[in-house]
Amino acid sequence: MENREIVLSVKDLNVRYTADRGEVQAVTNVSFDIHKGEFFGLAGESGCGKSTVAFSIMQLLKGAARIAGGSIQFNGRNVLAFTKEELRTFRWEKSSMVLQSAMNNLNPVVTIGSQLMDAILAHEALPRRAAQERARELLKLVNIDPARIKAYPHELSGGMRQRVVIAMALALRPDLVIFDEPTTALDVVVQYNIIRRIQELKRRMGFSVLFITHDLPLMLEMCDRIAIMYAGRMAEIAPVERLLEGGAHPYTRGLLQAFPSLVGPRKELRGIPGSVPDLITPPAGCLFYERCAHRQEDCLLAPPALEDLGGGHSCACRHMLSKEVG
Amino acid sequence: MENAAVKFDHVKKYFGKRQGLFGKTSLKAVDDVSFEIQKGEILAVVGESGCGKSTMAKMLCKVYEPTEGSIYVNGMDVTGHTKKKEVKRFRKEVQMIFQDPFGSLNPAHKVSHIVGRAVELHYPELTRAQVRERVVELFETVGLTPAADFMEKHPNQLSGGQRQRIVIARALAVKPSILVADEPTSMLDVSIGIDIMNLMIDLQKKEGLTYLYITHNLASARYMADRMVVMYAGSCVEQGSTDGIIESPLHPYTVLLLSSTPEPFREEKLEIHAAEDLPDLTGDMNQCPFSGRCPRASDRCRREKPGTYIIGDRQVKCFLYEHAKEGDGPLVDVSIYQGKEL
Ligand SMILES: Nc1ncnc2c1ncn2[C@@H]1O[C@H](COP(=O)(O)OP(=O)(O)OP(=O)(O)O)[C@@H](O)[C@H]1O
Ligand code: SF4
Ligand SMILES: [Mg+2]
Repeated sequence: MENREIVLSVKDLNVRYTADRGEVQAVTNVSFDIHKGEFFGLAGESGCGKSTVAFSIMQLLKGAARIAGGSIQFNGRNVLAFTKEELRTFRWEKSSMVLQSAMNNLNPVVTIGSQLMDAILAHEALPRRAAQERARELLKLVNIDPARIKAYPHELSGGMRQRVVIAMALALRPDLVIFDEPTTALDVVVQYNIIRRIQELKRRMGFSVLFITHDLPLMLEMCDRIAIMYAGRMAEIAPVERLLEGGAHPYTRGLLQAFPSLVGPRKELRGIPGSVPDLITPPAGCLFYERCAHRQEDCLLAPPALEDLGGGHSCACRHMLSKEVG
Repeated sequence: MENAAVKFDHVKKYFGKRQGLFGKTSLKAVDDVSFEIQKGEILAVVGESGCGKSTMAKMLCKVYEPTEGSIYVNGMDVTGHTKKKEVKRFRKEVQMIFQDPFGSLNPAHKVSHIVGRAVELHYPELTRAQVRERVVELFETVGLTPAADFMEKHPNQLSGGQRQRIVIARALAVKPSILVADEPTSMLDVSIGIDIMNLMIDLQKKEGLTYLYITHNLASARYMADRMVVMYAGSCVEQGSTDGIIESPLHPYTVLLLSSTPEPFREEKLEIHAAEDLPDLTGDMNQCPFSGRCPRASDRCRREKPGTYIIGDRQVKCFLYEHAKEGDGPLVDVSIYQGKEL
């Protein structure tokens, strides 16, 4: 794992939002690497900073947001130092993004074929015929009959529209595709279909995936490695097999134990009591302290740093849990 | 025999839908659904968006009247009663918990006022002090303790989970015997939502409440309920014990739904590519609603509507089971979807 080629490397990323009451410490000291061809998940509950990380990578943060520190390296180059022109090529050609609401952002009065061709022609000087051929291929790729190239978005189901958006994201053969809750608005049968399609395309085309969702069971089924954020910080990064054994961070453990399962004995589950601290005036010590069942006095000293445990596993907790602890 | 808490007897709900210039078709939101919920039982209704789950909930809460069929609450036929007094009496029996804990509370009022209003409305004879006492009691029942810490807050000062507890407290204010919970945790983080489910189970055990629990998530249905109803395109395609259905689903749609649900701890990994066509709710009455997607559909399925076949404690609406007997296992498995494409 460690000696595989690294596509994306985020180091000590800090992002702040300016709000009325002060600065929101939305992302603090977040670091992770994504390898070539890896299916990398970013999980955590709402407001933990997942989307902010994704938008930082794409350099799509809006007005109130500011990157307050850290670096983002893409294939060895610093994304934060890109010129406008470099950014234009970077987005779509090197890295693309699919959002939850993307299927509703297709232009309703333009056929899906034209929208695909526009995406291609904006970046590549091709004759229209060739672009159209590419658009057909892309539709085939996401399992939509190319004969539907003249269809308007409203003539397609939600799942098909979302697959058109995925086709668009793949149009320029990027090295990294970021999915931010791409299936949250869809039914599970449709979601299953789309996820399988993404996995298959990834295998065939070899891109890397950064997949964001709060649906941990879904993520455990499809990712190679998963990063779990809490209150703007990285709690744990682990290969899926390690998480299936329980995870080392008390927050990970709590999350894993909060999902009802379809198999095994029915047992009583417990949520995680309390709520996420205010990110404008965060506490001094570990941000999970208030809700943590394993806290000790030293947790209040400072937020624990992410510690490398080898084998692609790292964790930020002073009292990590071993596999046996239930 | 004691009356069931809730009984749906061949309930239909059609909505008018204009089509073209002249025609008018109807959208069959709920099409001939029958089931019972025994007193103190939690029944889960599972299905995907648009399958008619919420329409069923709204009929049980008398937001809509059925187009055909009857709904009984504690043995009383409540269909068609529209007199104010009757509706009010009915509201004391059935209360609803909504999906959106953010939209269902008035932000202008303190939460003690919101719950207090519900108490006053149904128990006008209580003094102010008695109302307040009851509100404190309700806060404690739903785990907002100590109540004093929450009473003076406005909804926006509470977290999503705390707001949903207020919604439950408000529903409990009128001492209902039945709660209708429509995706009550789907807008909450799991670590918060699971405790809301625990609270509901607790209330079932301690107060003997009966629930119609609506969810699109099979795992949460299994967690909450002993029995479930699986809906597809307005039809109840399968019902029976949750464990039984999850261990061996009979209906081809249940098989598809179950295998599409992520479950990292499942032994065998499924490799299916199922069609994702949405059901046509305006379609022909005289066919199985799943026949358009079903890999096992025969001509008969497209001409005729399957009846409800009873196999042990299970009911299934699929011709494949017409001659099945108690003890017979599933006649289809996930392999019927192998290699199927849109
Ligand atoms: N425009 C903004 N102004 C102020 N604060 C913001 C803004 N956008 C996000 N935040 C805050 O930054 C933090 C991280 O938000 P972010 O949207 O990245 O979380 P997320 O993990 O993607 O959540 P979700 O699961 O709900 O999508 C949150 O505390 C959020 O309230
Ligand atoms: S550092 Fe301490 S408080 Fe934080 S998660 Fe670990 S044990 Fe809990
Ligand atoms: Mg987000």
